[in-house]
Amino acid sequence: MIIIKKVGNQSYMLSNPVNIASTASIVGPKEKEGPLHQFFDQCLEDEFWGEKSWEAAESKIVKETVNMAISKSGIASREIDFCLAGDLLNQCIASSFGLRETNIPFIGLFGACSTFVESMIVGSCFIDGEFANNVVCSASSHFCSAEKQFRFPLELGNQRPPSSQWTVTGAGSVILTKSGTGPFITGFTPGKIVDMGIKDANNMGAAMAGAAEDTLVAHFKDTGRSPSYYDAIFSGDLGHIGKDILIDLASSKGYNIKSNYNDCGVLMFDKAKQDTHSGGSGCGCVASVFSGYIYKMLQEKKYRKVLLMATGALMNSTSSQQGESIPGIAHAISIEI
Amino acid sequence: MKPIQSKEEYQTYVDQKTPNSPIIKNCFNAFWVGGLICAIGQIIFEICKMRGIDETNSYTIVSMILVFCSAFLTGLNIFNKIGKFAGAGSLIPITGFANSIVSPAMEYKSEGYVMGVGAKMFTVAGPVLVYGISSSIIIGIIYIIFNTQNLILV
Amino acid sequence: MDWYMVLKAFVTGGIICIIGQILIDKTKLTPARILVAYVTLGVILGGLGWYKYLIDFAGCGATVPLTGFGSLLAKGTISEVEKTGLIGAFTGGIKAAAGGIAAAIFFGYIASIVSKPKIKKQ
Repeated sequence: MIIIKKVGNQSYMLSNPVNIASTASIVGPKEKEGPLHQFFDQCLEDEFWGEKSWEAAESKIVKETVNMAISKSGIASREIDFCLAGDLLNQCIASSFGLRETNIPFIGLFGACSTFVESMIVGSCFIDGEFANNVVCSASSHFCSAEKQFRFPLELGNQRPPSSQWTVTGAGSVILTKSGTGPFITGFTPGKIVDMGIKDANNMGAAMAGAAEDTLVAHFKDTGRSPSYYDAIFSGDLGHIGKDILIDLASSKGYNIKSNYNDCGVLMFDKAKQDTHSGGSGCGCVASVFSGYIYKMLQEKKYRKVLLMATGALMNSTSSQQGESIPGIAHAISIEI
Repeated sequence: MKPIQSKEEYQTYVDQKTPNSPIIKNCFNAFWVGGLICAIGQIIFEICKMRGIDETNSYTIVSMILVFCSAFLTGLNIFNKIGKFAGAGSLIPITGFANSIVSPAMEYKSEGYVMGVGAKMFTVAGPVLVYGISSSIIIGIIYIIFNTQNLILV
Repeated sequence: MDWYMVLKAFVTGGIICIIGQILIDKTKLTPARILVAYVTLGVILGGLGWYKYLIDFAGCGATVPLTGFGSLLAKGTISEVEKTGLIGAFTGGIKAAAGGIAAAIFFGYIASIVSKPKIKKQ
């Protein structure tokens, strides 16, 4: 059987581009102090948001972001066929607890920090494959709950090395629909797992850059496009170090992305003022930057063609204690108007 | 740049790209904060001595007061800022040991007082006690075996 | 008050912390591993009887860092072994270090009851 939507080795073109009807983003107080604050729908004043625990606060962020995206789209929630969401907490409890009252069929996803684009890929397949008319996709992370699960207690007086990244507190949600006025998802390149042998859990950008390069090069080769086809290329959370590495790796394969490439983790914080070292990370980073900043740029037609590539580090604290290296993954999606 | 062929080559390249910690600045801060904590301890010790408390008890009092200060500052959300500034300067003195007990206790309060505070209290400090106590027992046993006069007592 | 002793405590304690800082920055050891290394080193130096000289020289500059905690464990064990034999190997260490351990557990418990963790602002 010939797969008619597949181009090249691992890229896919949708027969009917999927419409992004609306987006919503809620971020935490540190993100509020960052350069992108005016693009987010809501910035929280404290990281508990009236809840008893950070995990509950993250669930509330997911719930409110999804509700906000649904109400902005004007689609009744019973018309939404699937809810695709994921986060970084064990067994994805932030998404499942946050969405337990939505009454929409739920599919939990995990792709570490690449979950947001993963959910958009799965969502557009459902719609283009005629399983659904409307899908909501979401991803979230929370600095405090992530530190608690992956690193040290917040009150421990330790120093963060310069290569470490700051997990973004926030969530982004998008509503995908069969028809509309755009922006449209036109195609995607799901990534392969790439392990570059990096073991330092404080240098995620370097661990994920190899996967990002693999997906990026595959996308250009499969589609025959060059980097200049896109007005802007965004990676999820490579941070300052990973961004530099990706530029080098891509140029070594003959693709110059220097002029139109940026990273959501780099955009999220002001490195000099906010002491976030190598930049933002987490599922919520690419989710909130896309739902806030990039989507508005597309709506205002400042960008017409965007490649959004979320990167993830597929590890947990057990694997890093056992001395395993950190495999990375990157999923890319083209969005055009 | 040439394409990277092996994991080793990538690791070398990444090491080059990754900025180093500002080690001179960190060492300077560690020196004066760590030194200051020890000097405060010594002042407490001298005061105890002037009040006629014997040496062993004076050292215990110093530890307890420093542990209390560290727990107090951790509770006020200040110790992590000192630790970020001073690094090993606040970690290596007994203040760091106290902080490593208090911080997970506070963090895991949301999981309850028994399995949260009680159990997680020792996530960082537990290994210190395990290795400290176990090695001291081994030292004691070795001492019994080689109980000769030329082994100097502390 | 013996201010010369305070100065010696300051310098010695500071140097012990510098060694720890170099270990953190150069070897990427986690704080828990550094603390374990220091306490074990203290036990060994205390057991060999060498740490005593540093305590005589620097007072709290040697006892306050975790190596001092280790040497206290070793010292307690040895003096208890002298009194009670094998049982002393098991009781002596904790007995000598009980003040610090009990204080850390108790104050830690109290602090966790009265206060809540907050995000690092910087």
